[in-house]
Amino acid sequence: MSKKEALRDRAGWKGLIVVIFAVLMVISTIFSIQFGSAKIPLKDIWTTFTGDIQSDFQNIIWNIRVPRTFVAILVGANLAVAGVLLQGIMKNPLADPYIIGVSSGAGLAGMIVLILYPHLPHILTPVAFIGATIVAFTVYALAWEKGIAPTRIILAGVAISAFLGSGISALMVFYSDRVQGTIDFMVGGLSARSWPQVEVILPYSIVGILLAIIGIRKMNLLMLGDRTAKSLGARVEWIRFSMTAVATLLAASAVSVVGLLGFVGLIVPHTARLIVGNDYRVLLPASIFLGAAILTASDTLGRIMFAPIEVPVGVIMGAIGAPFFLYLLRRKMV
Amino acid sequence: MSSLEAASISHSFSDKHVLKQIDLELKEGRIYSIIGPNGSGKSTLLHVLSRQLKPDHGQIYWKQADLYRLPPKKVAQELALLAQVNDVMDLTVEQLISYGRTPHKSMFQRLDEEDQIIIDEAIQLTKLEALRKRNVSQLSGGERQRAWIALCLAQQPKVLFLDEPTTYLDISHQLDVLEIVTQLQKTQNVTIVMVLHDLNHAAVYSDEVIVVKEGRIYGQGTPKEMMNPDMFKDVFNVHADIYEDKDNELLRIVMKPLKD
Ligand SMILES: Nc1ncnc2c1ncn2[C@@H]1O[C@H](COP(=O)(O)OP(=O)(O)OP(=O)(O)O)[C@@H](O)[C@H]1O
Ligand SMILES: [Mg+2]
Repeated sequence: MSKKEALRDRAGWKGLIVVIFAVLMVISTIFSIQFGSAKIPLKDIWTTFTGDIQSDFQNIIWNIRVPRTFVAILVGANLAVAGVLLQGIMKNPLADPYIIGVSSGAGLAGMIVLILYPHLPHILTPVAFIGATIVAFTVYALAWEKGIAPTRIILAGVAISAFLGSGISALMVFYSDRVQGTIDFMVGGLSARSWPQVEVILPYSIVGILLAIIGIRKMNLLMLGDRTAKSLGARVEWIRFSMTAVATLLAASAVSVVGLLGFVGLIVPHTARLIVGNDYRVLLPASIFLGAAILTASDTLGRIMFAPIEVPVGVIMGAIGAPFFLYLLRRKMV
Repeated sequence: MSSLEAASISHSFSDKHVLKQIDLELKEGRIYSIIGPNGSGKSTLLHVLSRQLKPDHGQIYWKQADLYRLPPKKVAQELALLAQVNDVMDLTVEQLISYGRTPHKSMFQRLDEEDQIIIDEAIQLTKLEALRKRNVSQLSGGERQRAWIALCLAQQPKVLFLDEPTTYLDISHQLDVLEIVTQLQKTQNVTIVMVLHDLNHAAVYSDEVIVVKEGRIYGQGTPKEMMNPDMFKDVFNVHADIYEDKDNELLRIVMKPLKD
């Protein structure tokens, strides 16, 4: 125990883990660009980026693989950061972007578009985003009483999600003939995601992750408990509110692009926490890289596993994520 | 000179009136003990005074300024609270204590040598040298309590609020804490406001005792003024015999259940 701790204690060791996660992200990025319906030789990827020689694969690389991988990286990072923030804010290991109602909000809004307005596919992303944001802030407002108690948020989130979930089910019952077209959105998928989706999500990723980085010290203070954090000069309510807002924007932009992708926001922060500990100075970058790496790798796997059939990344994440979560549970690490 | 002043404070949770029309004056460099039965509002009073909880009505003044209008960080440089209950942390003792320096640093400023000296002093005072690299989650209740006290010491406050600082501690460590507190007051003129359940400790270690009953101040005064059989009967519902130790000018209280 003490030996393991001595290891854990060395800041350098934790920094190394962050670097390893970053390397994993780079490797899965290369795989993601390389593998798919057609396997692209590394050499062609290299020449496409350097622009030296015209490659046959240039079109696939630039217009399909690179933007899709980019979306995977951003979505993975966004959901992981949203999860790691919410776990700290709610002081609950089960808190994830979905607990604040982001999924049910985006879900219902997205389903309304897909089922009632299937001829307007381009409004799916903005409408889902608006739905996610409105519901998240409604949950927050409902949980407010002279300040915010984490348990009240969680309970309000669960109640609202159940309410909106019944709306989703009702839509599926009444329009059962149109459900087929919604599956990709309901489980979370990256197929056919390209530059327009990158444009949607990138601004939120940049701003959200920057704000999360600025909030690192505040998140660490929150970890000490509300009373101590206040005693040390932290504006606890403001930190809770602003960081929830950051998490909401990150998660909402992610689900509006890929649909209801579960488990990333829960599994990635937990795994990172187990390995590097609770200090947000390391935990945040570790979660970003791990989230990006896992999502990109899962998507690549989904593309090649049963090719030519593409398994949505959400299915892969669930298939890997759920057993992993049970494993954590068995080891009493949650 | 009064440094902290409360003017007709009332506070309720839901519709339960917990503090009722409280007026209080705390002078610089003195040790105050707040005593009272469970649920009488001691912790709530401590929170209101330490800028943790804005009361529904009334004002708190810190050096004549409205405490709840001062910036929280500025207040944190001068007031510190040891809460009654603290979470278990996945941090080393030293890391935990170093958070005490937070209010004295700007947002991205790192700890420097001077901070390290202050942290080391806090570790020394709380006798945590041997445990400084240990994880807080692996400490005993008493060791953990000392680590949290050290965090407050590293904050270098002018007023230190402690909510039952001696709970979980064995008698020797209880006395250690009370001695640390006395030493802070003597050497650095720190004002101490603590909630104590051990009335003998309150009698020995405080300059003034504040007695709280059902959300009101029953009385405030020196231990000799306040510790009398009537007060024990009215507030704690016990019979008390009070002996005065003439040599040390100390009180000794022996309590028994009331026979009615
Ligand atoms: N956050 C809260 N919400 C609702 N009621 C509360 C809250 N905090 C305290 N109370 C109630 O206010 C009353 C006073 O509580 P307080 O914690 O101030 O008592 P105390 O004198 O410190 O008691 P103890 O000796 O048990 O620590 C109690 O009846 C308690 O139930
Ligand atoms: Mg109390």
